[in-house]
Amino acid sequence: MNAAQDTGETLLERAPQALRDLLTSHLPEPWRWFANSLIAIVAILAVFGLLFAALTLAERKILGRVQNRPGPNRTGPFGLLQPIADGIKMLSKEDIVPRDADHLLHFLAPVTLLASSILAFAVIPYGRHLIPVELDAAVLYFFCVGATTELAVFMAGWSSHNKYSLLAAMRALAQLISYELPLLLSWLPVVMISGTLSTTGIVAAQSAWRWGWMPTWHVFTPWGLAGFVIFMVAALAESNRSPFDLPEAESELIAGHLTEYSGCKYVFFFMAEYFGMTALSGMAVTLFLGGWHAPLPSLEFIPSYVWFGAKLITLLMGFIWIRATFPRLRIDQLTRFAWKFLVPLALVNLGTTAFWSLSFGWTGPLLAARCTVAVILVVVPFVLLGRRLSSGLTPRTYSYAP
Amino acid sequence: MTTALLILIALVTLCSAATAMLLRNLIHSVLLLIGSWIGVSVFYLFAGAEFVAFAQVLVYVGAVSMVVLFAVLLTRRSRADMAVSPDTQSRAVSAVLAAGAVLAVLLYAVLLTPLPSGISQGPSANVRQIGTELMGTHAAALLVIGMILTVATLGGVVIASTDGASKKEGPK
Repeated sequence: MNAAQDTGETLLERAPQALRDLLTSHLPEPWRWFANSLIAIVAILAVFGLLFAALTLAERKILGRVQNRPGPNRTGPFGLLQPIADGIKMLSKEDIVPRDADHLLHFLAPVTLLASSILAFAVIPYGRHLIPVELDAAVLYFFCVGATTELAVFMAGWSSHNKYSLLAAMRALAQLISYELPLLLSWLPVVMISGTLSTTGIVAAQSAWRWGWMPTWHVFTPWGLAGFVIFMVAALAESNRSPFDLPEAESELIAGHLTEYSGCKYVFFFMAEYFGMTALSGMAVTLFLGGWHAPLPSLEFIPSYVWFGAKLITLLMGFIWIRATFPRLRIDQLTRFAWKFLVPLALVNLGTTAFWSLSFGWTGPLLAARCTVAVILVVVPFVLLGRRLSSGLTPRTYSYAP
Repeated sequence: MTTALLILIALVTLCSAATAMLLRNLIHSVLLLIGSWIGVSVFYLFAGAEFVAFAQVLVYVGAVSMVVLFAVLLTRRSRADMAVSPDTQSRAVSAVLAAGAVLAVLLYAVLLTPLPSGISQGPSANVRQIGTELMGTHAAALLVIGMILTVATLGGVVIASTDGASKKEGPK
């Protein structure tokens, strides 16, 4: 860790830190801590607020291109000002609250959701020196903050006094609770191998180079790859993204628990969705993709936060790509997929990880055996479970017009 | 400063618990109860027990709250039914008796516990130590608890599935 710090220290690497110290160094000690925290909060809100705006535009543009239409192109050059127009439109819309709604809870639901999704950003290490809060149990904190979103969804559905809202909230809860389990199980192997719950420790555990050039990121191990895929699928479902976007299917399921929300509160829900997606992607980068580490030793001169940002944006683009490609699942397919496929796979993956950590010292031919056994342990359950999941479902036949 | 903050958190925790008991609307009660659970976890955080605090939020706010909410929603027939009807006298008497019994047990336990006087340095335990302790010294207890919970889950699944089969709802 220290050696890496000495080699990779460039001026740019220290720039955010130096800028902050420049602003707060003249303050007395207790106030400096306060000001530093405040600056971290403002920075997170600004960066991820802007990223949210950029993401909405990127999503609409990319979806448009995928569907062979131009996407937003009238507001400003190439439609670049579309997020601002959207923001003004949403903020100036009338905020309608149903007469019989539970006014307090109806108001609290989007606020709780947004607050909890912002809180999740606190423990992600964005760069070598950029982590807002250093916690011993950071990963646990991240997922316990995420657990409160379920509560907010329930509040939104129940307080709207609308049967569609309530039913959709129940459906959304079934989805969130089902996918919470594979999500939690998929990062356990990482904790088993790195032996720590702190995000800095997990990133440090992925800092070495194998054979001098290959990064020892967790995703490059058999259990890590399986865990990463399970994590990303569960993250898709947890952030209500397509193909798991049942809670907010606008045309078919009347937007679920969002039915009775309008104007600013509606934006809050959307912001929370994008923030949640970004935070989960950031966590995936931290847990599996080596955090802020460069992919090659020769590329370490580029500041660490640039690498983190690049990995984060790659994952987010993956989310958008998936949304453009996959059809939506039905609720029974969705829960079956979680309980009969992802949960068993994640449990098997725990066993694979145990084997991987027990065979740590194996070298030479034993190393090949270690890799082979681990790959078999990942692939065979995947194939078997996948066969069982789709058994009895014959391939669909399409009849085209002659 | 810290003391004032602690008192404030204690007040929030106790008040939300008390209001949860007084409210007629069960859903509001549950949500206030969740508020008081969060207050308890903040106490843990103040005591330096990060792991316990986060586990408290994850388990109580994330899971137990859902169980309670679902139980309330599935057992009430309508939205109007959500508010409990005013108590009869016998109900009030039994409630006071039960609450008094619980209070007596708690007071008995609190008064008999030898509390260290003065400022004491609490044992510093990080997550790793807790983990090794749980997996080493208390492994048997952990396994037994896991076993009990698994049996309970399986029991729940069995009850739910036989209910569906007896209704003959047809193959999936």
